[in-house]
Order: sequence, then C-alpha cells, then structure tokens
Amino acid sequence: MIEFITSPFTYSFMQRGFLAALLVGVLCSVVGVYIVLRGMAFLGDALAHAILPGVAIAYLLGGNLILGAFVAAIAVAIGIGFFSSEGTIKEDTAIGILFSAAFALGVALISSIRTYAVDLSHILFGNVLGVSTNDLIFTAILTVIILGIVAINYKQFMVISFDPILATMIRLPVRFLRYLLLVMLGLTVVVSIQTVGVGLAAAMLVTPAASAYLLTRRLPSMMIVSAIIGAISSMVGLYISYYINIASGSAIVLTATLIFLLAFAFSPRRSKITHS
Amino acid sequence: METMENLTISAQLDVENIEAGYNGESVLNKISFSVPAGQSLAVVGPNGAGKSTLFKVLVGLLPVRSGTVKIHGKPLGYHLDCVAYVPQREVIDWKFPVTVLDVVVMGRFGKLKWLQKPRKEDLEIALHSLDQMGIGDLAKNSIEDLSGGQQQRVFLARALAQNPHILLLDEPFTGVDASTQETTMNLLEELHRQGVTTMVSTHDLNMAATRFSQVLLINRKIIAYGKPQEVFTPENLQIGFGGQVLSMHDVMVVDECCPQDELR
Repeated sequence: MIEFITSPFTYSFMQRGFLAALLVGVLCSVVGVYIVLRGMAFLGDALAHAILPGVAIAYLLGGNLILGAFVAAIAVAIGIGFFSSEGTIKEDTAIGILFSAAFALGVALISSIRTYAVDLSHILFGNVLGVSTNDLIFTAILTVIILGIVAINYKQFMVISFDPILATMIRLPVRFLRYLLLVMLGLTVVVSIQTVGVGLAAAMLVTPAASAYLLTRRLPSMMIVSAIIGAISSMVGLYISYYINIASGSAIVLTATLIFLLAFAFSPRRSKITHS
Repeated sequence: METMENLTISAQLDVENIEAGYNGESVLNKISFSVPAGQSLAVVGPNGAGKSTLFKVLVGLLPVRSGTVKIHGKPLGYHLDCVAYVPQREVIDWKFPVTVLDVVVMGRFGKLKWLQKPRKEDLEIALHSLDQMGIGDLAKNSIEDLSGGQQQRVFLARALAQNPHILLLDEPFTGVDASTQETTMNLLEELHRQGVTTMVSTHDLNMAATRFSQVLLINRKIIAYGKPQEVFTPENLQIGFGGQVLSMHDVMVVDECCPQDELR
C-alpha cells in the first residue's frame, strides 16, 4: 500500500508534476470561488481559449510560451473590461467576440507552423509530467502572488461581488477591483494550462468551487473547502493517470467532477430545496 | 439607541438643477430642491416618474448629466459613508454564501481601512442593529433562508449600522408584510427623532400623508414639495398622477393597474 502511494515519486518529473498539480488545483479552486459567485464561468473558459495567440506568437518568436499566454490573457481580460465597462455592450457579448477573435487568431498562427502538433496538444490538454523546474518556480510564485491578492482584497472582493451598490457608495474603486479580478483570472488560467490545458482549464476553475458552494454557507469556508477539493482532485487524478495510464488533465477534471456529483447528491442546500 | 444618538449629525441635502436618465433619454429634468437637516421626506409619484432614478443619483450610482448634489454643502463623494441606501430587494443575490450578520457588518466597511478586519465594536454595532430590527436571533442564519420581510429588515439593520446622516429607502413598503412595514416606519420615526435626515419613496400616498413631515411629488419634474396637506391637493394630484388618483373623502387611491407612462 505504501509502495502504491510512494512509487510515482521515485521519478523527479513525477515529483514536479505532483507539486505543480497541487499548486494549480488550490489556486484554481480559490479563484474559482469568485468565478462561480459572480457568474463568470463563461469568461474563464473564454480566457483559456483566448491565450492561444499569445502562445503561438511566443512560439514563433522562440520565447517563453507561458509568458506569451500570460500577455495574451491580460490583454484579453482588459479588452473585455474595456468594451463592457460603460455598459455599451453586455459583458458576455464582449467576451464572446474577443475570445472567438483571439482563438481564431491563435489557430491562424498555429496553422502556419508545421512542427507544432506535439506542443499544441500539450497546450490544449496539459502536460503535467513535462513541467520543468523553472515552470514549477514560476507556478509557485504566481500562486503566492494571486493568493496574496485574494487575502489583501478579501473584504473588497466580497462587497463588489455581493452588493456592487454598497461598493459604489463606500467609494471602493469598483472598476479597478473588477479589472484586478479579471487579471487574476487570466493569470490563473495561464498557470493551469500546464496541468489541465486550455481545453479543461474552465473545469478546474468552476467544478471545485461549485462543489464547495453546495457544501458550505459562508464565503471563507467555501474558499477552504474549494481549495481542499481542488487539491484532492489533482492528487487523485494524477495517481489515476499514473496507474491506468490516461491523460493527466482528463483524470484530474473527471475526479473533480465525481466530487461535484457527490456534493450535489448530499448538499444541504439541495435537500432543503427538495424537502421544503 | 444610546450609542447612536450622540454620534448622529443631521445632514442638509441640496439638489440643484439635476438632469439624469438612461441611454440618452432624460428621466429627471432640471430638478432642484433642498431637504433641511433632520427632515423626514416621502417621495411620491406615478410609475416611471423617476423616483428610483433620483435615489440612484443621490447615492452616486447614476452620474448626472448636469447639476449638482450637495450633502452638508459638499459635493457628492466628499463624505465617504454618511449616506445609507436600502435598495429594492430584487437587486440582491440571495444565494450568496453570507450570513445575516456578515451582511450587516458590511455596513461598517466604509469606516474600516483597506486591510482592517471588522473590530469588536463593529460586530457589536451590527448585532445591536439586528436587535433593533427585531431579528437578532437570525444573525447566524444564511440570507437564503429569509422571508421577504426579514430580507428587508437585514438591509435596514445594515443601514443602521452604517450610522448614516442621511438614510434613503427605495420602496420599503412594497411587497413586505404589515409587521415589517410597521417596524420600518417605527425605525424611520426613531431615526427622525435622532435627527437623521430620511428620504423614502413610496406608492402609499396615505402613509406619505400621515407619517411624514414633508412630501415631494415628482413626475419627471417637481410637481409639489411641502407639507402633506399642501402637496396633496386635487390639482397637484391631477397634474402628478393624471387620472390615476381618486380622492375619496380622506382616502386617496392610486390606480396602479394602468400607469400612464410606465418606463422602467
């Protein structure tokens, strides 16, 4: 049994993979709480796809792919905020336009590269076992920064999410905080492409947080439970991936989904609705 | 009440020539009025008259096209948190994972620094406000468990915890039970005694006439402003509500089923 648990760790790439998956699982789940509460799931998915041109350009220029994704995510997040901030068009419309445009641009750029297939599949579906020491350090730094932003602005994020009117009245910089949330979301998506890839990033953002929402009644406990679910999903997913040899991103997301189904079945919120 | 009394400073509210609206259309046209410190004012008018628009302007949610709003003689935004606003209940996400106490404590956030956690006194004030609204026993409950009347009391408690100089209530008597209406009215009268300037929009003309010292009748512009008996004359009601008001002896009835210009 002990060997069952420890045997993956005999390889250093597995050690890095587990660490990266753990960091990403916790980070996505905490940021995901805001995504779920603010109804931004669509935005998370959109951002994940929208980073494709950044990755493609970085590849063409021979630069760091993660850095390219990072720049693209920030650009698209700010673009969405810009187009929808004055109420000129609705936010989901702005998201729809920008994310399809960015994805199209990414595909156009990639289609001009011949040898891209392997790297592209890693971007789309994650490659947690290919995480380098530098990637791991980058992920750890970003995780600390983003969790720090959440801690510093906890009160303010809660008010702008629950009651924007109160936020305006006590003169919180509502627009700045909205941008900050978008940037955080963008950064989180960038980090998560290493483990679950562009295609499944939205699941890691939404599924653990939605499970936690079903099981808790206050924001702090929702965040903690979400982080625990994210961590468990990443760990269990990687073991499954290691032992039955399936793609790690899929295994992680499917584990998170299973936890969600259990949470849904046993949720106090749901039973209250059905029995009252 | 003892802690609140000495802290309260009444605020004068001056509205000068404001014009505001949505998407290029003006809802309020060049409205000017002053509310002296400590006044209790009811704002009445037909649907689409701009009552909610006026309130949004006063709390800074809707920018004015022209004109100024002054509180304590200073422009809007100068004082961070002396205005408390109780929004219509429909705009709140009642499934948000917060307790009743969490919501009321938010009323204290305007007095806290960016990183500061709510202090012991903030919690005490919040609990005291809940007691005043008669829902102290609900403090630890999720907001999703509340009835309509309880929801309103939570937001009134939050407004109280803000220790406001001006309290704005948008339609607090609509869609709540009689006991909540009475609690709301008692609270308003108590705050009025303490010198808080209160401004309430309502459809209930009889309540406006009997429980408020001043009435502002608007329909996109000011029709009348003054004591209830000066405002509620047949002529003013005819101008303000058109054919919607029937005045029978002492009772006024507003025909709400066919508003003339229901816009929003």
